[in-house]
Amino acid sequence: MSALVFSLRDAPAQRLDLAPLTPDRLVGLSESKIAAIELQTTRERLRAGDVFKIRIGDATQIRFDGGSERFDRIGAGMSQGEISIDGDVGTQAGRLMQGGRLAIVGNAGPWAASSMKGGTLVISGHTGERLAGPVAGETVGMRGGVVIVRGNAGVRAGDRMRRGMIIVEGKAGSYAGSRMIAGTLIVRGRTGRLPGYLMSRGTIVTLDGSDALSPTFVDSGVHEFVANALMASYVQAYSPEVAAMLRQPWRRFLGDMAVIGKGEIFYPPVTN
Amino acid sequence: MSQLIVNGIRVDDTFAEAFGMRATAIVITAHNAAWARQAAVTMTGFATSVIGCGCEAGIDRMLNPDETPDGRPGARVLLFAISTSELQKQLQKRVGQCVLTSPGSACYGGLEAEERLKLGNALRFFGDGWQVSKRFGDKRYWRVPVMDGEFVCAATTGLSRTAVGGGNIIVMGATAQTTLAATELAVEAIGTVPNVITPFPGGIARSGSKVGSRYKGVTASTNDAYCTTLKGSGNSALDADITSVLEIVIDGLTSDAVAAAMRAGVRAILTLGPERGALRIGAGNYGGKLGPHHYHLKDLLP
Repeated sequence: MSALVFSLRDAPAQRLDLAPLTPDRLVGLSESKIAAIELQTTRERLRAGDVFKIRIGDATQIRFDGGSERFDRIGAGMSQGEISIDGDVGTQAGRLMQGGRLAIVGNAGPWAASSMKGGTLVISGHTGERLAGPVAGETVGMRGGVVIVRGNAGVRAGDRMRRGMIIVEGKAGSYAGSRMIAGTLIVRGRTGRLPGYLMSRGTIVTLDGSDALSPTFVDSGVHEFVANALMASYVQAYSPEVAAMLRQPWRRFLGDMAVIGKGEIFYPPVTN
Repeated sequence: MSQLIVNGIRVDDTFAEAFGMRATAIVITAHNAAWARQAAVTMTGFATSVIGCGCEAGIDRMLNPDETPDGRPGARVLLFAISTSELQKQLQKRVGQCVLTSPGSACYGGLEAEERLKLGNALRFFGDGWQVSKRFGDKRYWRVPVMDGEFVCAATTGLSRTAVGGGNIIVMGATAQTTLAATELAVEAIGTVPNVITPFPGGIARSGSKVGSRYKGVTASTNDAYCTTLKGSGNSALDADITSVLEIVIDGLTSDAVAAAMRAGVRAILTLGPERGALRIGAGNYGGKLGPHHYHLKDLLP
């Protein structure tokens, strides 16, 4: 059975909440029931059928033809199946995602993968600030799963992350891995200023170094880490180039000593 | 006892009697194969018999770098015990004292099973607060700082409740040299069978035992029926031409693995023939009343 397809009719006139359009919610629904789902975020009612031309199909395989930076909360809370978007999306893509796969062939806005719990989120383009981070009122960010960003990530990627893995193949903004509790954040390109700011535990890998490292991180030397070989094996399926780089010796900085200092940042052997 | 003659070797019409055991497997890696083997040999020392060692353990096989989780050379070790609690205790002590201490070592689960035994989860406390947990997918590891870097250890490994201990072959020959040659060849052949170990020194026991003793508190004593220097006594099971007897004890993760190992061993002895090897092959049992697993020698012949 072919995928359930949502084809964008016109650019939406208001921000949309696409959280209801997940496999969890759509399996078993008829075309008319899907078309009647409300997506508006203002007082002006907007139903799925108004925004998208719907081609009914396997609801565990959902495809969006066309995206918009006004597509908010796409894939939020999904626990199974796959959603792919051919275009950009707005804020909080994959927020609180529990399982399945969300693929964005475009750019994503801020808070992508916010407090994600499981599954896989792939962003082919760039993503905004606070990737995987908590929203206001939450104390913990990402709690599981894997996020891959093929482009760049904004500031505070991995903020308050607790478990899981984030791979940014491009650059990351300042304060990457700020306030990390645990988990793993890997940045292939250059990282901005002060990665790991106030991190208590967890692992940040800056494969191309950072613009500035806080003096509250201490240099513990260059080592060959067996654990990085395990990390590389896991990363291989998501990003072979990053996996190959992980298998080399790395310089380990311990910190942030401004808090408990049980976290680590891996730097290139020659610090830059 | 009735016998079959195969390639000039007498094969007793009897069976090996084996018992259900708890078992686990771990993978040890190191900078090179020599140090992986060293750690494995050290942790499987004094693990010949549950009678006095707490567990029976040995190297299943050496592993190539592409077969291990961290891409380094390794060894797969099997441990067998009579209870889950004893197995857990032996695993923890042996990995803690013999693998954690070995240069460059790392330790991983070697058996996939729903029931788990603590591995790194028990040893992490050596890190005194500096240990780090990392989870990659569904696998959790502990990184414990040590003087040459980090001891990386999987959090848990699998537990098997369907393992079998006590498969055996009794090798009888005309001289010590020919009997040893046949037994060594059998151990080598068994070494190619996966999921089994031969826990005695070099895979061979010269002191086969029987259950019980005339002395109070002694649970096992010499198998006098197969002691060559007691030939002629009323209880002897040996023929006049036998002057040396050795035993191979086999533990396996499954009954099929034990059967395959015994088959490989018996065939190796038969292939060598009576001139250079054994004159007779037997097996140890307790009349079939104690152990649920019976391996009849006639079923293992070529």
